Amino acid sequence: MSQPGELGAATRAYQRLYLVRRCEETIQKHYPEDEMKTPVHLSIGQEAPAVGVCEALAPADRIFGTYRSHALYLARTDDTDGFFGELYGRVTGAARGKAGSMHIAAPQHGLMMTSAVVATTIPLALGAALALERQRSTGRAVTFFGDGATGEGVFWESLNFACLKRLRVVFVCEDNGLAIHSRRESRDGHAGLTRVLEGFDCIVRSSDSTDVIELRDLVAGAIREQDELGKPIFLSLACYRFVEHVGPALDRRFDLGYRSDDEFEAWKLRDPVPTTRARLLGLGVDEDIIGEVERAVDARIAASVARARLAPPPPSSDLYQGVYA
Amino acid sequence: MSTKLTYREAIARATALEMERDPRVFLFGLDVDDHKRIYGSTNGLLERFGPERIFGTPLSEDAMTGLALGAALSGLRPIHVHIRADFLLLGMNQLANLISSARYLSAGQLEVPLVIRAVVGRGWGQSSQHSKSMHSIFAHFPGLKVVMPATPNEAFGLTLAAIRDDNPVVVLEHRWLYDIEGSVEDDGRAIPIGPPTTLRRGTDVTVVATSWMTVEAMRAAEILARRGVEIEVLNAHSVSPFDDEPVLESVSRTGHCIVADNDWLHCGFSAEIAARVMEKCFHELKSPVARIGWEFVPCPTARNLEDRFYHNAETIIRHVETVLGLSHAELDHEEFYSYENRFKGPF
Repeated sequence: MSQPGELGAATRAYQRLYLVRRCEETIQKHYPEDEMKTPVHLSIGQEAPAVGVCEALAPADRIFGTYRSHALYLARTDDTDGFFGELYGRVTGAARGKAGSMHIAAPQHGLMMTSAVVATTIPLALGAALALERQRSTGRAVTFFGDGATGEGVFWESLNFACLKRLRVVFVCEDNGLAIHSRRESRDGHAGLTRVLEGFDCIVRSSDSTDVIELRDLVAGAIREQDELGKPIFLSLACYRFVEHVGPALDRRFDLGYRSDDEFEAWKLRDPVPTTRARLLGLGVDEDIIGEVERAVDARIAASVARARLAPPPPSSDLYQGVYA
Repeated sequence: MSTKLTYREAIARATALEMERDPRVFLFGLDVDDHKRIYGSTNGLLERFGPERIFGTPLSEDAMTGLALGAALSGLRPIHVHIRADFLLLGMNQLANLISSARYLSAGQLEVPLVIRAVVGRGWGQSSQHSKSMHSIFAHFPGLKVVMPATPNEAFGLTLAAIRDDNPVVVLEHRWLYDIEGSVEDDGRAIPIGPPTTLRRGTDVTVVATSWMTVEAMRAAEILARRGVEIEVLNAHSVSPFDDEPVLESVSRTGHCIVADNDWLHCGFSAEIAARVMEKCFHELKSPVARIGWEFVPCPTARNLEDRFYHNAETIIRHVETVLGLSHAELDHEEFYSYENRFKGPF
């Protein structure tokens, strides 16, 4: 995969997307063995925003996520050992087994914190942006949240403050249309987020693309504008979760009534992985190279799972470590 | 070296000292930069450090508490100020769900050096939503530290300690203490968070007091001393961590322990102190641990009801008399604190 310039970058973007998908499919496969004792909120189907945005970001950027952050973690770190170690509750995990799936993070890679309470990491980006500004860093603060989070007061407080102070924050709304099982129509008393955002002084971009390369370019454009104008960015990125809210199963139980077969199938036709793969081929990347990338990812995941399963749990003395500095 | 300062001056001076020493420190919150400056406790800071490091905020306690966390994780040392502790409940999710556990869930990779200052109100109709202290609630969460300075010297030394600490520290400042004047050791040394301070030596009864109740305990000590009763007054300024050793040492000498907390008793810090004393020096006790705190009702507005809600030096004296088996002294001629006669100290 030593390709020059744009083809190399595009291949890398696809590699991250494929990595995320395959890691989560691996979780689906092994979860019933009951060894990964952590609630998993998978992103299968809706990986494109996380991967696309991360591909446009720089190492100096500080990122905050939610309990559905496997894609964010893997896209940012490319680290399968820390990932599976954490899910298996092993000492080799990204947080020595303390965080599990819902709090997985990688501060050394700029993925600072994730949270299992909706909307609660949004304001952290304000402080990170202030700090980066004070430190004369080129970095920006990026916060991921779902559309459900826009029902929380802290979302509006944070958006208001970022616009007021012209902070270099990137708000990323991964809009899958659902707050667990509640659809937008039953939650929103407004005409849609982008309409409301017209009254806020920020750079807004919307997309429902499932092509991570297209999303990366969209975000890169917004970032150039932010560097020029010094305003927050708001990305409203429509996406679709193929799986249940929490747990490993594909959610095709249309009899449950919260979404329709037609809707599911329409998004399935635009599945991010084959969509981005087709884009890569269209750009002229050789099929063999793509296959090689995929095989390397598969082999790495298998090895990481095997290592995680053999790794020891954290020593019991770890219970008391890290409460206070 | 020691200087005479009021409690509010001590806070402002300690903050300025740390901001001078450490450019990562900044202070923010609603009205920290207005003409009143949080009862004068942020006096001079805006002029000295500018609006980048001293700034007001919108009424967004939840987001602003999150901002503090995000800044702390990113290498700054924020001080977030609230004019009433009650308003902290709007930022409680950040405190309880994120700030307290950020370091632990990262297996020690993250540091959260942040300070939250909040004022506890009382009197002239502060009523239910401007009078809470809630130190036991904050102290309940592992990962947070909670302090309540009761003297100008503690205000100085604990403000320094809180800002220098690499952990999140909640500092609760009682409104009535702001006017107190006292001698402050301003040699730049912080007061360790943990052990209570012994403010008065005595041999007969140990009184462990918090926040404003420390002032009441010292008044009770003066009145009792005239009858030859010497109470030992410990100010438990650190609610979490709480180093109980000085209390146990004192109780093992006096055999009696009265806890006077500026809070409700039920599930409060007074229960924690009483439990520790009973667990660790039960056999030294000559009487059961007694507790004094607010009546278990929301704080009312009407003056006569408010007077019944709070307890003061008189209640402490009555408890001391009870545990020592003394008759009740006539106290009608004694002057007790009220907001009509503001306390100036010295302490």
